[in-house]
Amino acid sequence: MSIDQNRSAVAHLLRRAGFGASGAEIDAAVKAGYEATVSALVAPAGADPGAAATPPPDFPAVKAPKKGDAQADYQMVEWWLGRMASVTQPLVEKRTFFFHGHFATSIQKVKSPGFMVQQNQTMRTLGGGDFGALAHAMVRDPAMMLWLDSAGNTLKAPNENLARELMELFTLGVGNYSEDDVRAGARALTGWRLDPDGKATLVPKLHDDTPKTILGRTANFDDTSFVDWILQQPASPKFVTARFWARFGMPGPIPPDVSGRLLAAYGPNRDITALLRALFLDPVFRGPQARYALVKQPTEYVVGVLRALKIKVSANGDSKDDEALRAALTGLGQMPFYPPNVGGWPEGTAWLTTAAAQTRFGFAEWAVSKGDLSQVENSSPSQRIDAVAHLLGVDAFSDRSASALNEVVANPQQLVTLALLAPEYLVN
Amino acid sequence: MDTVTRRRFLELSGVMSTGAFAAACSSSHGHPVGAPTLTPSGPQTSGAQLGAAAQHAPLAAGQGVLVLVTLYGGNDGLNTVIPYADPAYAGSRPDLAYSASQVLDLGQGLGFNPAMTGLHQMWQRKLCAVVRGVGYPQPNHSHFVSMDIWQTATPGEPTGSGWLGRWLDAQPDDQIRALKAVSVGGTLPPVLGGTKTAGSSLPIGQFRLPKPGPLDTGFTGLGQPSSQDSPTAAYAARDVADLITVAKTFTPALASAQSAAGAKGAKGDKATKAAGNPAKAAKSSALAQQLDIVAECINASVPTRVYSVSLGGFDTHSAEKGTQSTLWGEVDKAVTDFQNAIAAGPHGKNVVTVLYTEFGRRVHANANQGTDHGTAGPVLVLGEPVNGGFYGEQPSLTDLDDGDLKFSTDFRSVYATLLDKVLGADPAQILGQDQPRIAFL
Repeated sequence: MSIDQNRSAVAHLLRRAGFGASGAEIDAAVKAGYEATVSALVAPAGADPGAAATPPPDFPAVKAPKKGDAQADYQMVEWWLGRMASVTQPLVEKRTFFFHGHFATSIQKVKSPGFMVQQNQTMRTLGGGDFGALAHAMVRDPAMMLWLDSAGNTLKAPNENLARELMELFTLGVGNYSEDDVRAGARALTGWRLDPDGKATLVPKLHDDTPKTILGRTANFDDTSFVDWILQQPASPKFVTARFWARFGMPGPIPPDVSGRLLAAYGPNRDITALLRALFLDPVFRGPQARYALVKQPTEYVVGVLRALKIKVSANGDSKDDEALRAALTGLGQMPFYPPNVGGWPEGTAWLTTAAAQTRFGFAEWAVSKGDLSQVENSSPSQRIDAVAHLLGVDAFSDRSASALNEVVANPQQLVTLALLAPEYLVN
Repeated sequence: MDTVTRRRFLELSGVMSTGAFAAACSSSHGHPVGAPTLTPSGPQTSGAQLGAAAQHAPLAAGQGVLVLVTLYGGNDGLNTVIPYADPAYAGSRPDLAYSASQVLDLGQGLGFNPAMTGLHQMWQRKLCAVVRGVGYPQPNHSHFVSMDIWQTATPGEPTGSGWLGRWLDAQPDDQIRALKAVSVGGTLPPVLGGTKTAGSSLPIGQFRLPKPGPLDTGFTGLGQPSSQDSPTAAYAARDVADLITVAKTFTPALASAQSAAGAKGAKGDKATKAAGNPAKAAKSSALAQQLDIVAECINASVPTRVYSVSLGGFDTHSAEKGTQSTLWGEVDKAVTDFQNAIAAGPHGKNVVTVLYTEFGRRVHANANQGTDHGTAGPVLVLGEPVNGGFYGEQPSLTDLDDGDLKFSTDFRSVYATLLDKVLGADPAQILGQDQPRIAFL
């Protein structure tokens, strides 16, 4: 197999900044050039017709009854899958999915799909701007307040949940704060109540307004000044940029030169769009080390298949196909809106288990039964392996996979099924 | 499966040190479960094709089996093994405390949570050991760091391998090594990742692979190694190969587990429904589903020595009392049903089940009728081989370390006892240094 390195780099960019692309889309991006493609991804021009065609479900943003509404929860999942599968400006959704894993919040405890969709929209709207604005918004976000118990946190017996995860998982990382900082931070976050309609209000008599010492500074911190102070710690930009590198770049510790370039781009304004632009233009990102270094997360894989085979997702959440999609994501271990805990989802080879391989097999057969295979069907058998590589945007199949695919070249359905299971297609 | 290639690959790729498995720690909380039932009419490996490994190297009579139950989120030990007779208990958490008349008495002023009725019966039959005050020095209050410490058995420097993964590393490098440690569910917990090899995972539901023919040949071909693979693609290829091996071995046991579940539910295909219903799958019967499969595998004498199952949801910062007792009701029923299911089988006398969590919780309640992250807690050890009773000192509720319990028993002593008495392994080799045994086995 011979690979055009320039084309391979563009395909890599389209996988990382989106959900993969067909051969035709890759060819168009090659023609436009790598840098121009980065610009089009991070600063897309005009409206996205795919987003316009998939408006969020109109759930009331109110506290849900204890029992919850399974149908609404399904509708919410299908909506986002449909949105991710339809957009023409995919980085917006990819970035929102990143933040969904970063500020990981689950419907299982929040119960209210209205609050979950509202949080998702906040991540989408603020996700390309100042990270600080997003962090502030999350602290007063109704879904987050229920998820990490800041609603109802009082000075009498402060609840540490949000204060701890805010520092550990959202802004600073383990080792950059002490247990005393957690306890003092919890005091800064006391006094908040969440009304049934999602309005957050501070009840002064429940708020601790005495001085607290947090990360070496003593002041009468409240939620706003606490978040501001954390974001000013030198550890914060390092932590945030490294999280982006781990998910969009490659596994392992961030190389110091890359870190320097990403920090410069992120800058004092904590500019996420500038950070992503720098990341995609980084020589290490474009180089051989980062190529195929990540394993596709299940959502990336499923959405990539939906896009490649032009499978439409209904927004009802109740059809057999909706059920099949949810079963696939559940079996693969990643259901959007249901992160396993506040730490979000794992990454890398943790996705490649024997149980997941079985689920993938069933999903591939389902997708092939629903998808548009005409490109492969209309090719002569001798051209079909190239045709399926083009359909899925795979640079080239390895000799191993080409020989395996050759077994079923007479049967387009089986051929596409196996191509969706090829090791080359499972990595990013 | 070419175990040599697999092993070389794992060494070359340094997969265990990349943090992928450490990250998987978080994933297993509220373990994702789901049945691969997307192609109900799809071909199945026939039940008559009894797994080669189970046939040629079945679990021998008398070989110990360890079932590790991980409770993710930090279970509140003080509301599990309840020091009801200590006035400091109710004094610290008046809204959360259980009274003497509510608990299931164990003696010595301690009692089980009222939801633990089945476990209490096992206690009375001397088949349940309660190891008290289990923890480690300089406790960490992060879910992820503390669970990593428990799963890797390294309280100091973090390491990339799980303690049972290192046990797996030490097993003979033969055809069935990957089958000796198995988790149930979508992602592999870090505890089963070694430095050279890793355990396998079973789906909830049956394996469904193509019948002999071109599709089967092609799929098998995708599992071959290729020099053109990136390390991640090589791992993906190995995963296909492992799936084929594991499916052949476990298909009969899984078929039996599913028919048992169907018979129990008597409402059609329970697993199918749960698969499309994440809330249900992740909540109600998650642990029971996993343990049903484990029981069938043990009764079918598959050569697995270690099983890992889990349940999440124990992070009770608010409204703890109801949530925790619901969860323990679920654990109690799942574990009791499991014990009953294996009791009649050929290996029931050799199975030891262990329940642990990443940390206990703060002695004092918080403002939301919950508790924040704490330190030491009880570990429960169950089964026919177990010497029931209390082990280790109950931590004081007044002599605290900044509001937290002081641990009395090092968790590595529990592991050393299990490695020695259940798995017949040398604890020093796996834990780095030997640890005193505890007499529960």
